[in-house]
Amino acid sequence: MTATEVFLQQVIYGLSNGMIIALVALGYTMVYGIVELINFAHGDVFTLGGFLALTIVGALGAAAVLNPDTLGDSSHWLLLATLVIGAGLFCGGLNVLIDRVVYKPLRSAPKLTQLVAAIGVSFILVNIALFWGGAPMKILGNGNAAAASKNFPEILEGSNLLGEESNVVLRLEDLAIFAVTIPLMIGLTLFVKHTRLGRGMRATAQNPIAAKLMGIDTDRVISATFLIGGFLAGAASVMWSVYNNSISFQMGFRAGMDAFTAAVLGGIGSLPGAMIGGVLIGLIRSLSDGYIETRWTNVVVFGVLILILVFRPSGLLGLKQREKV
Amino acid sequence: MSAAAPRFTLFSRSQLIVLGLLAATPLLDLAMPSLQLSAPMRTIVTSAILALGLNIVVGWTGLLNLGIAAFAALGAYAFAILTCEIYPFQVGFWWGVLLAGAFGALAGWLLGAPTLRLRGDYLAIVTLGFGEIVQDALKNLPAVTKGTQGINPLPAPTLGMMEFSSETPVRWFYLYLAILAVIVFLCRNLEFSRLGRQWFAVREDELAARCMAIDPDKVKLKAFAMGAALAAVAGALIASQLSSTGEPSNYDFQMSILALCIVIVGGIGSITGVLVGSIVMVGLNNVLLPIATQSLQRAGIGSTGNVLTSPDNYKFLFFGLALVLMMRYRPDGIVHSAKAVKK
Repeated sequence: MTATEVFLQQVIYGLSNGMIIALVALGYTMVYGIVELINFAHGDVFTLGGFLALTIVGALGAAAVLNPDTLGDSSHWLLLATLVIGAGLFCGGLNVLIDRVVYKPLRSAPKLTQLVAAIGVSFILVNIALFWGGAPMKILGNGNAAAASKNFPEILEGSNLLGEESNVVLRLEDLAIFAVTIPLMIGLTLFVKHTRLGRGMRATAQNPIAAKLMGIDTDRVISATFLIGGFLAGAASVMWSVYNNSISFQMGFRAGMDAFTAAVLGGIGSLPGAMIGGVLIGLIRSLSDGYIETRWTNVVVFGVLILILVFRPSGLLGLKQREKV
Repeated sequence: MSAAAPRFTLFSRSQLIVLGLLAATPLLDLAMPSLQLSAPMRTIVTSAILALGLNIVVGWTGLLNLGIAAFAALGAYAFAILTCEIYPFQVGFWWGVLLAGAFGALAGWLLGAPTLRLRGDYLAIVTLGFGEIVQDALKNLPAVTKGTQGINPLPAPTLGMMEFSSETPVRWFYLYLAILAVIVFLCRNLEFSRLGRQWFAVREDELAARCMAIDPDKVKLKAFAMGAALAAVAGALIASQLSSTGEPSNYDFQMSILALCIVIVGGIGSITGVLVGSIVMVGLNNVLLPIATQSLQRAGIGSTGNVLTSPDNYKFLFFGLALVLMMRYRPDGIVHSAKAVKK
């Protein structure tokens, strides 16, 4: 491989992973923008999305679904769409439930109280994922120990689109990630900009009390925010599982940290910021994998996070804001 | 708010009761030797020291530190490098513990200086990131840290003519308990000192504290460094007890969260609360869970095949529920701190 090919390859990896990170980061940034809570459990909602997707695949029997005779050549895409929507709705619903049960009663509590509660929720979800990886996965043939990583079946064909002799690998999965994430991001942007509920979201983010006075049902807005954030995390987890072909009950911690870093890098509260931040973190990760060493990548990412927070806490696109007294 | 400095006593009554209860636990071990309590008991003591360090930062100064385990790791490795026979220093147990504490304070200072002016939740994430960086760095620098093997063997404490070893677990437990008592004494004095009152002022209202000519950055930094020093001492004691630093991933996010659970469940900002919290949390985690696992296995239910029948697998659920429920219904913890102000 020439130096250019190595670079191109890392950029492809980085963009694909970065788009997934961006979807998760949107969930962080939206929730933070509206209720000023670092939703620590977001990464673990993402994990459960992956487990739901694997359960759906197992229940349908991937081999049968992917048989071209039953549904034709589009069966892969149909299955992928089912998974994205299924896991998305599941994670969205779960996120709303968590907000109602745990966060809502603490809305006026000090920020650190809320953050600690969110960490608690995160641990509970990790444990649920651990249990989910036990008996239910065994029935579906993804047996062995509950804590072990589960194989996620190859849904999209893995051959190189640039031809077998090319050193740079671009697979259908890479394109699928763009095909899923970009419409979702465009849809979200249009939704927030042009719908009534979207306007309500922007108003609540700016000033919840004023929004309430203007007749906006802020509780509904907050629920909608958690629903959308969760949906994006669910969609992201499906793409992540399809791309990496393996899921584990702890995958949400790393993914969540990457996504949170991305949200902060872009400027927390800013939607385009989260998207750009996600792609940048993806690229930083893959370039660090390629040019430094894989084992140092997490150090690089966390180092970037700390440096941004210290030198530019408002991120790339965030507004400089003073802490409210 | 303004706690009148109490008449001089070594410990408050409640602290004395809890320390006395801890001191009586070897009797329990004597009565029920099958439980083998002395090892988990020492864990209670070291966890209490770690949590007392965290309490200075979280409870008294109101800064959330999610990476206290990193300082325990730095303390353990500093102790190991200073005392292990494969390195040239070999300063012995006591100097090892003291220097590890000093190193922890230095590390806390270096991390805190640039980051403490951040908002509370951002600071929490920075400390979390720092915890991950320390773990990875220890793992990835095997030339110094022996990588995942950990550094061993490490010396046991000596005190004059007295020797401590795994054959004398009770004696060792009492030594650690004495160290804990000294630290409780120091913390108690710190709490009522000028610095302690400055911490409370900053916790309650930074702006108002600034108006009273308190420099919040400076007192926060002191809290951070002192908390880190105690955590490092705890790390050194843990390492000496295991005779090894263990692998770097022992000092993970879970360890930080266990310390946070101790502080929050026990009673945030209260020394007695931290002691009670360590007994409750470590007791559940290191004593009751293994006993439950054993008895289930003896009854033939706890097969390794089924994830649900192994009590150990409920650990995260348990930590998580503890945090959520405490935040919801009793954010002040089991032991109510008189100084915790209602918001």
